[in-house]
Amino acid sequence: MRIAWFLAAALAALSTAVAAKPLKVVGPWEIAGVDPAQSGYVFSRLQVAETLVTADTSGRLVPALAAAWSVSDDGLVWRFTLRPDAVFHDGTPVTAEAATASLERARAGVGVLTQVPIAGIAGDGRDVVIRLDKPFAALPAYLVNFSAIILAPSSYDDAGKVSRIVGSGPYKVKSLTPPLKLELEASRGWWGGEPGIAEVSYLAVGQGETRALMAESGEADLVFSMLPVSVERLRRNGKLDVQIATIPRTRILKVNAGSPFFDDAKVRQAVSQAIDRAGIAKVILRNPDLAATQLFPPALAGWHVPDLAPLGRDLEAAKRLLAEAGWKPGSDGILERDGRRFSVTLVTYANWPELPPIATALQAQLREVGIEVKVSVGNSSEIPSRHRDGTLEMGLVSRLYSIVPDPIGTLLQDYGPGGSDWGAMGWSNEELPALVGRLVGMSDPGARAPLQRRAVEILQEELPSIPVTWSELAIVASKRITGVKVDPLEVNYGLAAVRWAE
Amino acid sequence: MRRFLLARLAQAGLVALVVGTLSFALMRALPGDAAMRIAAGRYGPDAMTGQAADKVRLELGLDRPWPAQFLDWLETLARLDLGHSLVTGAPVIEELKVQLGASLWLAAAALLISLAIGPVAGVLAGLRPTGWADRLGLAASVSLRAVPPFVLGLVLILVFAIWLGWLPPAGFGTARDLVLPALTLALGLAAVSSRVTRDAVAAVARAPHFAFARHKGLPEAVVVRRHGLRNAAIPVVSYLGLQAIYLVEGVVVVESLFAYPGIGHALVHAIVERDIPMVQGTALAMGLIFVAVTACVDAASAWLDPRLRSAR
Repeated sequence: MRIAWFLAAALAALSTAVAAKPLKVVGPWEIAGVDPAQSGYVFSRLQVAETLVTADTSGRLVPALAAAWSVSDDGLVWRFTLRPDAVFHDGTPVTAEAATASLERARAGVGVLTQVPIAGIAGDGRDVVIRLDKPFAALPAYLVNFSAIILAPSSYDDAGKVSRIVGSGPYKVKSLTPPLKLELEASRGWWGGEPGIAEVSYLAVGQGETRALMAESGEADLVFSMLPVSVERLRRNGKLDVQIATIPRTRILKVNAGSPFFDDAKVRQAVSQAIDRAGIAKVILRNPDLAATQLFPPALAGWHVPDLAPLGRDLEAAKRLLAEAGWKPGSDGILERDGRRFSVTLVTYANWPELPPIATALQAQLREVGIEVKVSVGNSSEIPSRHRDGTLEMGLVSRLYSIVPDPIGTLLQDYGPGGSDWGAMGWSNEELPALVGRLVGMSDPGARAPLQRRAVEILQEELPSIPVTWSELAIVASKRITGVKVDPLEVNYGLAAVRWAE
Repeated sequence: MRRFLLARLAQAGLVALVVGTLSFALMRALPGDAAMRIAAGRYGPDAMTGQAADKVRLELGLDRPWPAQFLDWLETLARLDLGHSLVTGAPVIEELKVQLGASLWLAAAALLISLAIGPVAGVLAGLRPTGWADRLGLAASVSLRAVPPFVLGLVLILVFAIWLGWLPPAGFGTARDLVLPALTLALGLAAVSSRVTRDAVAAVARAPHFAFARHKGLPEAVVVRRHGLRNAAIPVVSYLGLQAIYLVEGVVVVESLFAYPGIGHALVHAIVERDIPMVQGTALAMGLIFVAVTACVDAASAWLDPRLRSAR
């Protein structure tokens, strides 16, 4: 009898231990400070804080804290109606005043809202009213960005700085040990219901190899961003599920079209034809389908133009174009024109581990057409910094087109008048900025389609940035859990829907 | 004793000033725009822009002349305040508590494990130089030292986390998480400290007083305990002090392999991101730890070796 009691007690203890077991999530992102503009994406992805509008996995805008929204006929006044049942983790309701304060703060900071022509934000009953200086149809898409998360007034300290994250999502912060660890628990007041697993523990692991080992050892349930070299091995592991999503991120060669090397579109086209994209994608990324035949990947409907002539390798054509532009091989095989050697520096950075090897591959490939490239791997700030002082010749960058779920947001920033840090440099074109300017004011997909197509065509002909490869995100889930959905836009990982497998 | 403490306190004050000034000067001398670096550290490459850097420059007053910025730092330091991190915005002291604290735990664990391995193996080897324990020790020491910590760590993860499934491959917060990084460091440390101990013990074992103790008929265990260990400990203690400092200063490779939030990891990030208060605070804390550890080593040596006390 006593033994039976003991067994029952042990079983009970075991089962509560199982119930309280946290979902262990591992990713590469460190939490550098709690300011939404800095680490808001972690709190948005892990469903601690919410935005007014969010996007589903296909990129369609769907309600989050705002149940509905509308715009006035002149396109200048937007009204976002808050859902009535939303509460913050400190028990206070999500009010239009709280939302207004969060958005005002985002607008004054460095997030994407600074690019929207906002005249004023105000609360009106349960509505958040945003007035614009000029029509801007993409506004709801901008509100999806993590810098626009809505926080409770208790998140701010006396100086108005965010000192902790009191959000409204299914999970609330239990403890935060920056920069590596975040522990969450169910908030019990979420409008979307109870999350399937009550506790979540997030650990930032910078080394890709360590992340793979975390998944293999069973210490992590859900691991984000696997290195291409680990994916094959993980696929063979019977205890793990590997999911791959194409994400709207393209690795591009940003060239200074204002420099004597790249001011001729023919030279940019020649560089593009010298690149062996398939080889890079196959060897470095382990997936030949990632060779970028145009700027946007096929998953970006409306922005990927299937019948566009693909970018590809043609060394003879490249040499011919370079000769037409006046570049002739010198005694050592390096091209020369008017006594100037075609020797340039390619700047890149190691925040993404694949960029330096791709840069050295480009170095070897461009050498074949007589272009000498010196690779310089530095801090990511070298790109904007050298863009600004005009010393950048070539930069290999990884550019995300879903900072705002509508790629028009990134295009507006990158290819607007005068170019920008991560986009065009020294490139003069009248048509594209005008197209982009018209597109941000339009919301009808049918009317937008031909303009989007024309924009992509210009980018393909003119090559102000030369697309090299597309990107994918590999996620590994233990078979202990179910309900994992990959979000290619990386807005929200949907952890609340994850459950322990039976 | 009081003079000893006062001298050490003065030394600590001087170290604080010199280290703080030096790190300020060195950070200023680094090429590159500080506002750009800080903005990249804060917002990451996707959201980092020239405009963001301009806002950072304005917010932090980075365009002010450097003497004004340096005086600011001196003034806050005089109030025993280390300031706020330019990147995370959190007080430097809070970050140090977490990251230096984590490093101290790791260092202590690594040092303890290495003590259990290194000096013990060294004594066994030193008592019978060129014996089998000595040869085995030498082989193990050379091979452990030759393997980079990154590789050693991966091998330990494969064995203990993947094959045996006993320990987590990475993480922090519990004792289980501490074992593998500590063991990785400890094996590298023991590889050297065992040889230092071996040489010290061998030297003592050759000394006339050691032979005399044997000849007067003391049992071997008593000879070793009373006349061997204490004498051999003097160089070993000094060497362990150096190892302790090396550990606290951070072993970046091991920390990043095991996703461990140590001070080495923090310092590398702070330097890359031009987070001057964080670099100064970290360097300061490390300098003071250096002073404290050398003080402890000196005190321990004086206790072990009466000659040092009489020389004073």
